[in-house]
Amino acid sequence: MSEHSKSSPLPTYFAVFFALLVGTALTVYAATLDLGKYNAAVALTIASVKATLVALFFMHVKGASEKLTKLVVIAALFFLLLLLGLTMTDYATRLWS
Amino acid sequence: MSMPTPMPQPERENYLNKEYGVWSWLLTTDHKRIALLYLLSITFFFFIGGFFALLIRLELLTPAGDLVQADTYNKLFTMHGMVMVFFFLIPSIPAVLGNFLVPMMIGAKDLAFPRVNLLSWYLYIIGGVMMLHCMLTGGVDTGWTFYAPFATNFTNTKIVEAGLAIFVAGFSSILTGLNFVVTIHRMRAPGMTWSRLPLFIWAHYATSIIQLLGTPVIAVTIVLVAAERALHLGIFDPKLGGDPLLFQHLFWFYSHPAVYIMILPAMGVVTEIIACFSRKRIFGYSFVAFSSIAIAVFGFLVWAHHMFVAGMSVYAALVFSLLSYAVAVPSAIKVFNWTATLYKGSIHYDAPMLYAFGFLGLFTIGGLTGLFLAALGIDVHVTDTYFVVAHFHYIMVGGAVMGYLGGMHFWWPKISGRLYPEGWARLAALIVFIGFNLTFFPQFILGYMGMPRRYYDYSHMPEFQVLNVLSTAGATVLGVGYLLPMIYFLWSMRYGKPASDNPWNAAGLEWKTASPPPTFNFDEEPVVTWEAYNYEELDAPHSEEVPVGR
Ligand code: HEM
Ligand SMILES: [Cu+2]
Repeated sequence: MSEHSKSSPLPTYFAVFFALLVGTALTVYAATLDLGKYNAAVALTIASVKATLVALFFMHVKGASEKLTKLVVIAALFFLLLLLGLTMTDYATRLWS
Repeated sequence: MSMPTPMPQPERENYLNKEYGVWSWLLTTDHKRIALLYLLSITFFFFIGGFFALLIRLELLTPAGDLVQADTYNKLFTMHGMVMVFFFLIPSIPAVLGNFLVPMMIGAKDLAFPRVNLLSWYLYIIGGVMMLHCMLTGGVDTGWTFYAPFATNFTNTKIVEAGLAIFVAGFSSILTGLNFVVTIHRMRAPGMTWSRLPLFIWAHYATSIIQLLGTPVIAVTIVLVAAERALHLGIFDPKLGGDPLLFQHLFWFYSHPAVYIMILPAMGVVTEIIACFSRKRIFGYSFVAFSSIAIAVFGFLVWAHHMFVAGMSVYAALVFSLLSYAVAVPSAIKVFNWTATLYKGSIHYDAPMLYAFGFLGLFTIGGLTGLFLAALGIDVHVTDTYFVVAHFHYIMVGGAVMGYLGGMHFWWPKISGRLYPEGWARLAALIVFIGFNLTFFPQFILGYMGMPRRYYDYSHMPEFQVLNVLSTAGATVLGVGYLLPMIYFLWSMRYGKPASDNPWNAAGLEWKTASPPPTFNFDEEPVVTWEAYNYEELDAPHSEEVPVGR
């Protein structure tokens, strides 16, 4: 990206990087616990937080002034939601035997 | 109709004669040269895919499984599908005609990221070489759909290698889409507003959105299949807590929209051709433009219509059936608007227009039979039969390939600077149309009668033979129809008459520069002061008159 795109100060990047490492460690730790039906929920929550950090800081979405950038991010989230939501019409209503 | 056309200066510098030598091609960043690199490569893969198709049709000439054995047959249709879909049809119009035309149509010097454009071609080639290697060393037998658990747990053919090949080629597709989106947003010439864009551009914009949003999903899915095979992770295998239908959800989340990657650009091509050869502005410009976007969005909502009998919930089947009907609406809008454009137009039957007519009819048949299949009650009977095979070939071959050929003829004078022989071209268009219908119409009947797809032996049902013979005969006619243009295009590069800048008297910026164009497309940056498809103005008596055709 060019000079005028808002990048954060260097320490912020290290902090985010550290947070991602912590997240990874947490995921590994959570995998050793049996939380029953919360297994997936916990893993996905950690993963989502990490993905959000990457998008906001490493991909410069935070502080982006461009409407277009925001549109792209929203579109991507929307399509992810479609994938998950419409797939759930199957999983939530299937006759499991 | 022939008129002395002003001969272009033979020595004029253009993108073809500016530099010579292998490296001037392999290291080029000129979108037009990259388009030609793509043209050569996809033509090569078209031959390979065609060769597999030929063997399939030969096997089905007789009811007994005599030419090849079951294993080989499985590999033949798998590799036919993979090559044709991922290495021919998806890159065909965007990477060749789109690459060549998108910058020129909006008045830009090149794409936004010329080096990324070259990178996309190299990725395609790396993927292609991997695919060739995979095919030469044993191939794959799962069908182009790689369904789990067969692909993950049972087959011992080269799934991972084929998957990686498609993964890599997928990134070439993503990069092309990215390049188009940025170029269309950022590099339009002064005055080239969104509402003045040629509809070819709108179609490519919509296509690019699908490539950007959809392709990563298939890439991830392939990685998951590889991971499951290599590491025995339980993703699709129920024994390990996975779900085989999850594979189908993920696969079709990309692959249904991918059918629109193949057809939308062809729709764009046909729109340009119909406007030019009926000498009219496209009827309902904004409807046609937004229907492209609508197709891109709705296309993502219908994927599970490929899974009606796979064991998913009945409720979900209902939802997806309904949504599949919604996606037919924007396609129908286009067909109606093209027809309305023809109405009272002054229609010229040059070769590109013959292909456009072929597209109109065949796409309509393909699309309408898609609606049959989207109806749950009918689909249960004809799923996995030749009816489905006929449906998607009417769209992908009758629609997309017709559009591609029409576009190649329409823009050939611009690309090569030469005219192709019109008589031969019309003959070839006719042969393609006849051969196509002879090949695929019998397959509708076969499927309706219950012939399953992907079987190499139908000796228990010898009454299917007549229609299969017709189909195989048609395929040879179709093959001739495809070879002809290849021959006369090559011939015309040397012996064809030099083309004027605008041999069709067509609207559009690409016709306002030389044929072939200079490296940076325009000698000076164009300024657009007119609406798209201003054919009425072009043909008005006061403007200099150059008749269409030769
Ligand atoms: C516009 C371009 C289209 C293309 C390129 C296309 C392509 C395809 C392909 C490749 C398949 C077969 C997949 C497989 O089983 O291997 C297929 C199946 C199907 N198509 Fe289309 N299609 C198109 C439009 C439509 C439309 C407009 C509809 C309905 C609204 C539709 C409905 C279906 C359905 C329901 C199936 C599944 C049939 C089955 O296996 O039971 N298609 N199509
Ligand atoms: Cu589909």
